[in-house]
Formats: sequence, C-alpha cells, structure tokens
Amino acid sequence: MTMEKIVLPDIENLHQLDVYLKNGGYSAAQKAFSLTSDEIIDQVKKSGLRGRGGAAFSAGIKWSFMPKSNDKPKYLCINGDESEPGSFKDRQVFEFNPHQLIEGTIISCFAIGAKVSYVYIRGEYHKWIKLFQKALDDAYANNFVGEGMKQKFGTDFSCDIYIHKGAGAYICGEETSLMNSIEGKRGYPRIKPPFPAQSGLWGNPTTINNVETITNIPPIINKGWEWFASIGEPKHPGTILFGISGHVNKPGVYELPSGTLLTELIFNYAGGVPGNKKVKCVIPGGSSMPPLRGDQIEGIKMDAESLKIAGSAIGTGGVIVMDEDTDLVKVLARIAKFYYHESCGQCTPCREGTGWMLKLLNRIVRGEGSKKDVDLLISVANNIDGNTVCALGEAAAWPVKFMIQRFRDEFDARVKDEIMIPVLNKVHSMRKTANPLSPVQN
Amino acid sequence: MEFKFTTENIEKVNKEISKYPTKLPAVMGILYIAQEQNGWISMEVIKEISNILEVTEEEVFGVVTFYTMYHQKPMGKYHIQVCTNVSCMLRGGYEIWNSMKDKIGIGNLGVTEDQKFSLEEVECMGSCGTAPMLAINEDYYENLDKEKALQIIESLK
Repeated sequence: MTMEKIVLPDIENLHQLDVYLKNGGYSAAQKAFSLTSDEIIDQVKKSGLRGRGGAAFSAGIKWSFMPKSNDKPKYLCINGDESEPGSFKDRQVFEFNPHQLIEGTIISCFAIGAKVSYVYIRGEYHKWIKLFQKALDDAYANNFVGEGMKQKFGTDFSCDIYIHKGAGAYICGEETSLMNSIEGKRGYPRIKPPFPAQSGLWGNPTTINNVETITNIPPIINKGWEWFASIGEPKHPGTILFGISGHVNKPGVYELPSGTLLTELIFNYAGGVPGNKKVKCVIPGGSSMPPLRGDQIEGIKMDAESLKIAGSAIGTGGVIVMDEDTDLVKVLARIAKFYYHESCGQCTPCREGTGWMLKLLNRIVRGEGSKKDVDLLISVANNIDGNTVCALGEAAAWPVKFMIQRFRDEFDARVKDEIMIPVLNKVHSMRKTANPLSPVQN
Repeated sequence: MEFKFTTENIEKVNKEISKYPTKLPAVMGILYIAQEQNGWISMEVIKEISNILEVTEEEVFGVVTFYTMYHQKPMGKYHIQVCTNVSCMLRGGYEIWNSMKDKIGIGNLGVTEDQKFSLEEVECMGSCGTAPMLAINEDYYENLDKEKALQIIESLK
C-alpha cells in the first residue's frame, strides 16, 4: 500500500513555485475564494483536523471562536517556534513545502477574516527563515499574496504575510507568549481568559495555529473533509509528522497516518535500536510529555486518544528513544535543566520549582542524594503542576513526576537512606552562638 | 561610542517597522540588524533603537535581556553553539561540548583573548534527527562526532 503524504509529499523541488504550481498549487486557494468563510470553517471542523503543536485541539472549532464582526482588525499567527526538545518537523515544511504553508495561511486568513498573518519562526532557524522568505517573496512577486491576489484570484479579499523572527526563547512557542513577542515585548505568557480570539495581538481577535496544522488546510479544501477524515484514526485523523530521534538507526521525520503503532515507527521506519539493544524508555511527543516504559510500548498507537489511554500525550510528535544502557537519572536532570533555563520567571512555582528540581536531580546524579530527595522531587513537581499561568509548569513537572513514577527503581538505586552532607561553611562552625547576626568570634 | 545605523541598514530598519501597526514590535528585528552591524548590543545601540522606535531604553533593554540570542558583550568572530539537550545528549552531544571546551580553552559564554572564538552550550536547536550538532554563527553542522567537530574548528581561519 502506498502511503499518502499530505504535508511533505515526495515530489522533487516542490519548494519551487513553478513545481508547486504544476502539482496543483494554489488551486485550493482559488477554490476557497468561491466558498464563504463559514463553509471553509465547517469543512475544517468536519475534517477533524486537530492542532499539531501539542494540544491537539480541533482547528475548525478554534477558528469558530473568532468573532464575526469586523469592528477590529483580526490576526492569524503561525507558530513555527518549534523549540520543544525532540521536535524538528516544522523546519521540513519551511524547507520542502513552503508554498503549501503559504497557501494554507491565505485560506486560513480568509476563513477567519484576518488581513495580516505573522509567521513566527525561531531565531536559530536562520537557514529556514531565508528559505521561507524566498518562497514568500516568490508568492508576492506572482500575486498569490498581497494586494495583487485580488486580481489573481478574482476576489475582493487580500492579506499580507510577514515573518517574525524569534530570538531564542522556548516559552515563545506558548501562544500568548508568542503574541507578546510579536508585540516586541518580553515573552511572558498572559493569563487566559481572555482568550486570543477575544483579545490577542494588540487587544484584537487573534488565532494561533501550528505550521503543520496550517499546511494541512489546502489538501482538505481541495479533496474535501470526507477524504481527510478517512485517514488514520477517526478521532485524530490525517497524517502526523513524526520526528524520531535518540537511539534509533534511522532518525528523521516520517509522515505517517495517525494511529501508526509506536513499535512500527521505531523498529520498521526508524530501523530499530543500534546493536539490537532493548528499548528502556520512549518519550512520545517531545520532552515535556510523560515518558513511557520500553517494556510497555507494544500495541500503543500514535494518536492523541490512544496515547492518553497509554498515560502520555501526542505533543508535537517528537519521539525520543532511549536504549537499555541509558542513564535515565542523567536524562531527567538534563530535561530539568532545560525547563529551568527556559522558565520565564513570571510564576513563583515554576521559577523556583524548576531550579529546585534541577538541584535535587544533580545531587542524585552526583551520588549525594537521599531517599527523601526522590519524594521531595515528586512533591515539588506536584506543586508546580497546575499552579502556573502557562503550560510550561506542566511541561517541567510531568517528565519528573512520570519518569520517577515509572522508573522508581532507577532512582532508588542511586540514593542512600541517609546521607552525610559535608559542612563547607567553616565560619559557621566556629561561631559561639547560633545567632547569625552576632559577630564572628574566634 | 555613539552608535548610528548605516544608510543601508536604516532602510532595513524602516522595512521592519512597516510590518507592524505600531513601532515597538520591530524591536526584535532591529536588534538583529544592530547586532550584525555592531557585533553586540551595547547601551549605545539600545539608546539609538529607543530613539528610533520612540520607546524607553528600558523597554528595549528588557527585550535584549529576555532573549538569549542578543549578545550583551562582544562575542568571538566564530560563535560556536553546541546542543547538549536530550536527543543530542543520547548521541554524544556532551562529548562534542567537552571537546570544544578543551580545544578552545574557554567555558560556556567565554570568549578567547584574540576574539576569534566564543562558546555557548545551547538548548535544543531542532536538529534532533541529525544529532549531535553544533552551529557556528548562523550555520548548522549536523550528524557529527568528536573528530568531525574538531576538524570543522581547525578549518576555521
């Protein structure tokens, strides 16, 4: 059976405008302009397309939150911040199929009534920003975007697309933080409600979609929602760009129908584990998702609902595989370091908790941890989870909570019942009184 | 030392401003233009940008300190960034990082005396499928091992 690829079809040089046009490019936009915006939103709703950025929320329903009135300008933001460790799929779209992303952006702008769209791309992606800018320049020069599209498509609608380059902040992948970043501010997440559809960019109605989500739109409009809904798992239809990395023979991005078996992805597509070693642990959706035990991955399907039942989440579809020799305590300490580094510092539980967890984990890595430290880690994680403005809190807490829960033996083996911490503060031990304010006497 | 944009860069600055309904959002793009011209973001740069955008220096400074890609001190001619996050770590990211530290003789965010090299341990760069990796200024070098990484550094003039 040949597998249908929607987002990254196997067509050589598809990133070039003429090749894209030869393969039916921009015909979906033409078709969309003969429909009403309600009809497009309805199609996308019925297609079952769910966001590919992590939350897997229905794209059509998200669009329907946008107000119908036109008393305020509306905006569409395309999220290409892609900073979740283990995720490297959006850069494939910028490189290999940028015009389908542009066409999807036009259709989406038309559907929600936005005249301007900002494509937020992480700053480190210099190369991919240039590649996407080139495609965008070509689209402008040929009147597929901007004022010229009115005549090109015979419509009275036009929109502009701009790239907004990030500057190295993971948090800006969070939608409200992304909007603050576009507004030229520090990327602090905002409290919801109000939701972006009510009050987003500069207080105006705004929708934020992931790059991969929007790239799915043109084929849905062209081939109809029934076609899309029939691919993969009915509750999470379509293909997903699975980025697989870590201990596999052929790491990379594989576009496969949702519901593909995790084992098939690891052992068939990614060529299995080097040296035929056993799989100890798999993170199925980017580093913030709960890790799965390698001996429990049999039969797990890769879609939002199946992974929820399996005790994890689809996230960004970034699969990280770890073989039997992996030191999971070190891995978790590295993950904790990442979230400590990326916490924006706005909410106390996350700002303090991420650093605390990192210190505890480093202590265990050094062999100086006590049994109490493992329980304390879980306690700190529980006190971050759910107590922050944005989801970075959960992203930091989940790996710690679930890694320890599912691999408790690994952690227990590294700690001792009681630990003697050497006293380094000699001055303190020389004090005659416990009062820290009294002068030091010899 | 006073900082002024070159005539060519003023055009780029104006193009950035034209993308947004207000001036402040252009700050991120303009900081990149300034960094390219000046090498780093000095207080003079911040002052000039705040004048252009008609915002306070604090607003610009706040942006500079929030994002990691704006340099607040002069960095090396070759700014070497090594990823040690999970996917790279599993495939030898720390070996590369340690070999870079040894080879160049500086630590994280250090700069060599001749200002040829600076070094940074970075978070996930989106090269998980081609790990481990390092980046030199704007270019990615992927699918590395220790030897390849050292070869790349030695080839830098």
